[in-house]
Amino acid sequence: MFSGHEPAGFLPLALLDTLVAALMAQGYECQGPAVENGAIVMRELAETDVLPRGLQAEQAPGHYRLTQDPLNRYFAWANGPQAIKPQVFAPKESMWRVERDEAGALQFAAVLPEMPKQAIIGVRACDLAALALQDAHFLRDGRRDAHYAQRREQLFLVAVQCAVPASTCFCASTGDGPTPTTGYDISLAELAEGFVVVASSGKGEAVLSALNLLPATSQQIDAAQQQGQAAAASQTRSLPSRNLLEALMSQLEHPRWDEVAARCLACGNCTAVCPTCFCHAEGDEPSLDGHSSEHGRIWDSCFSESHGHLHGFNVRPDIRSRYRQWLIHKLATWHEQYGRSGCIGCGRCIAWCPVGIDLTEEVSALTASEAQL
Amino acid sequence: MTVENGMDAGPPHAATVVSRTQESPTIFTLQLRLDDAAAQAAYRFAPGQFNMLYLFGVGEVPISIMSDPGDRIGIGHTIRAAGRVTRGLAELQPGDPVGLRGPFGRGWPLQEMGGNDIVLVTGGLGCAPVVSVVHYILKRRDRFGKLVIIQGVKHAEDLIWREQYDHWASMPDTQVLVAATEGAALWPWHVGRVTDLFALARFNPKRAAAMMCGPEGMMRTAAESLLQRGVPESRLFLSMERNMQCAVGRCGHCQLGGSFVCRDGPVYSWGQVKDLLVHRGF
Amino acid sequence: MNASLVKLGKPRVAVHKFSSCDGCQLAFLNLGEDLLALAERVELVHFAEAGPLDPDTEVDIAFVEGSVSTPQDLERIQHIRQHSRMLIAIGACATSGGIQALRNNTDGTDWVAQIYAHPEAIASLAHSTPISSHVKVDFELWGCPVSGPQIVAVVNSLLLGVAPHDNVDKVCTECKRRNLTCVMVSHGVACMGPVTRAGCGALCPSLGRDCYGCYGPAENANTDALAAQFGHLGLTPQDIVRRFQSINSQAPVFLAAAEKMRQRDE
Repeated sequence: MFSGHEPAGFLPLALLDTLVAALMAQGYECQGPAVENGAIVMRELAETDVLPRGLQAEQAPGHYRLTQDPLNRYFAWANGPQAIKPQVFAPKESMWRVERDEAGALQFAAVLPEMPKQAIIGVRACDLAALALQDAHFLRDGRRDAHYAQRREQLFLVAVQCAVPASTCFCASTGDGPTPTTGYDISLAELAEGFVVVASSGKGEAVLSALNLLPATSQQIDAAQQQGQAAAASQTRSLPSRNLLEALMSQLEHPRWDEVAARCLACGNCTAVCPTCFCHAEGDEPSLDGHSSEHGRIWDSCFSESHGHLHGFNVRPDIRSRYRQWLIHKLATWHEQYGRSGCIGCGRCIAWCPVGIDLTEEVSALTASEAQL
Repeated sequence: MTVENGMDAGPPHAATVVSRTQESPTIFTLQLRLDDAAAQAAYRFAPGQFNMLYLFGVGEVPISIMSDPGDRIGIGHTIRAAGRVTRGLAELQPGDPVGLRGPFGRGWPLQEMGGNDIVLVTGGLGCAPVVSVVHYILKRRDRFGKLVIIQGVKHAEDLIWREQYDHWASMPDTQVLVAATEGAALWPWHVGRVTDLFALARFNPKRAAAMMCGPEGMMRTAAESLLQRGVPESRLFLSMERNMQCAVGRCGHCQLGGSFVCRDGPVYSWGQVKDLLVHRGF
Repeated sequence: MNASLVKLGKPRVAVHKFSSCDGCQLAFLNLGEDLLALAERVELVHFAEAGPLDPDTEVDIAFVEGSVSTPQDLERIQHIRQHSRMLIAIGACATSGGIQALRNNTDGTDWVAQIYAHPEAIASLAHSTPISSHVKVDFELWGCPVSGPQIVAVVNSLLLGVAPHDNVDKVCTECKRRNLTCVMVSHGVACMGPVTRAGCGALCPSLGRDCYGCYGPAENANTDALAAQFGHLGLTPQDIVRRFQSINSQAPVFLAAAEKMRQRDE
């Protein structure tokens, strides 16, 4: 992106709302950033809504505050508590329904979500990388998840380049950001006077052509590129970029697991905010009249008691084994499943952990002793 | 119904209880038939695979199939009343409706292991997946060598299908070894651990395959003992149990290392899981 | 849990009140349309708040609200147990002793003397205790008050002949499923959600405020780690004790957490 090889347009700052209007004109419901309860969240935009401006997201382990952006930019907030996971993998949804007639016979029927064409504005490179991992899980060849697919197919993604990563960000080390390179329909890089805009899909080009933009100048394209490089260089946290499968699988009885278990609340917040976590529980909600029942799924977590529940025993009764399951799956066994790590460097598990457990710190502690051996 | 393994993500198919047998105070067997006659006729499975059974308004539970693939009576499930769904299933009577989807997972490598002596090791109540193997072999006796059935239970009264064990013991080239950690009056078999029985088992380790099911500790001890006897690691198989809710490799509960038990298991070769089994928590 | 209830047709149900504020009974009344649907499927024989009065009759399911706090309570709970096939304790009072169990940590006679003009008219036990301290309880529904959806789920399970699902997860799980922002992280407030049982639907965080633990302890509640974090957020040891000593002060996990903090403070 912004390589100079693809046609890039330039959208002056004052015309940002014309992008939203163009999307709406093409029949998309738009979601964009909004401030809610002290954080940036994605909410449905009305035609008259103005995107929040001049905000940065100050993040640290167990800490998130919105602060002033001295440059008064639209997208200087690095990220909010959720990527776009809830839009594709709903926290709670019905999957099928069963009716029981007077004779007791059961009749089953699939329930599929009704999903409008939806555009999301402000998607980060890490969010796109996470979406690709969720696609790999939910849309595997021959095993498409109908509910996920239905939501996914309706999405139009307006990505933005991250110019101001938070202290918790480490997407540069995982190779997933801060500049979006793939998986978006339209991508924006915010400069002082406006946005360098590129499209990477037919849908994206259709919206872009409706905007009738002037081409971006080579100086503007250079500035966008440099901004991405500077943002990558500014990241202070990192994960080793190599495959950690062997390094971590050889540390399954490391004393560090006990130390982190003493701090971990097993609240599951890390798994809920992680944009690649896919675990979910299934269950029934019968109607009170006894005639029907809805079978649905809800987000679950490897930190919950029921996750490892078997009749007679629990595979993971303690916090140590739950934390280890989460980290080993995310950074080690994910490679076996989907050919890469399950971490895309967004840092949400660090910021939104109520006690500030830092995944990157745990990994260095776990692999440091390996180096000593 | 006989879609590619793991594709039957739901909703379930309507099915009916054909018969119900109480096997022990807490164990019962349900024979089920799919209501759609064509689907029932087309239904195929391999021993070691499982179905998701649905109880109206309550939910689904994975249950391994214990009948023989050639049975036309119905699809047999032996169930222990232990949790919400299974206790509810225990109340069902012939004619009652359920939901069924499946079969799921990989079964025992019975075709590949043809020609070998087969050693079956089961502990606790983990017998159903292995019983399907017994049925399978007895119906195709000429394809296999000796059959050794080793069954351990905690209490003597936990042993179900006692008459069947007697019957199996009377079959040609078939040895039945049973142990109960706690015996009872008139208990005809060994009192002690199931692993005590290995020394008594008669088979040729050089051309034997073992299939195990039951508590993981028992399977580990059994595997060590069989490896010592000279059974090659590549012919040691075990059926793993994990929390399975979706059965199609999506919900994430049944992960065992990088694999999904519902899809890549429940039957594994020893080499696939031995490294993880020594660590509690996987 | 008795699975054969389903064969009964219309189970007979009683809702009993012990020492409590009636809030959990109100959770029944607030079910609205669901209450009407419920009335179609069960026979409500005793429910003082709603009308029917027949406390002594035999029932299939007795819901018991409130704690055992007076000498009469002691006798009445035995009577109810004997006349109920299944007994379900509902709410913080019935499951942990409730807010009135704060007196368990102190000499309540002084309080009585300070508050009441005629302390001799007050006949209460020294301790307020949960129902399970006195009789066998088949299922506990935590919360102050319990929520409508919890009640519906329990009744539905019983009507289907299966045990109710016991949700032991943390409030955080419900909070995140509602797409709410963690108030502890974004506002630095001392939220009890990470150690508190789910069931309320993350009501307080949905209003931008911190959970105060009214559903009692969740499973694997790491109170040490949470207390340490409360300290980092600026709470004094006394503040932290108060977080754990509130609606469910006598729930063993919260009691132990408070005790540990008191000892550290000394």
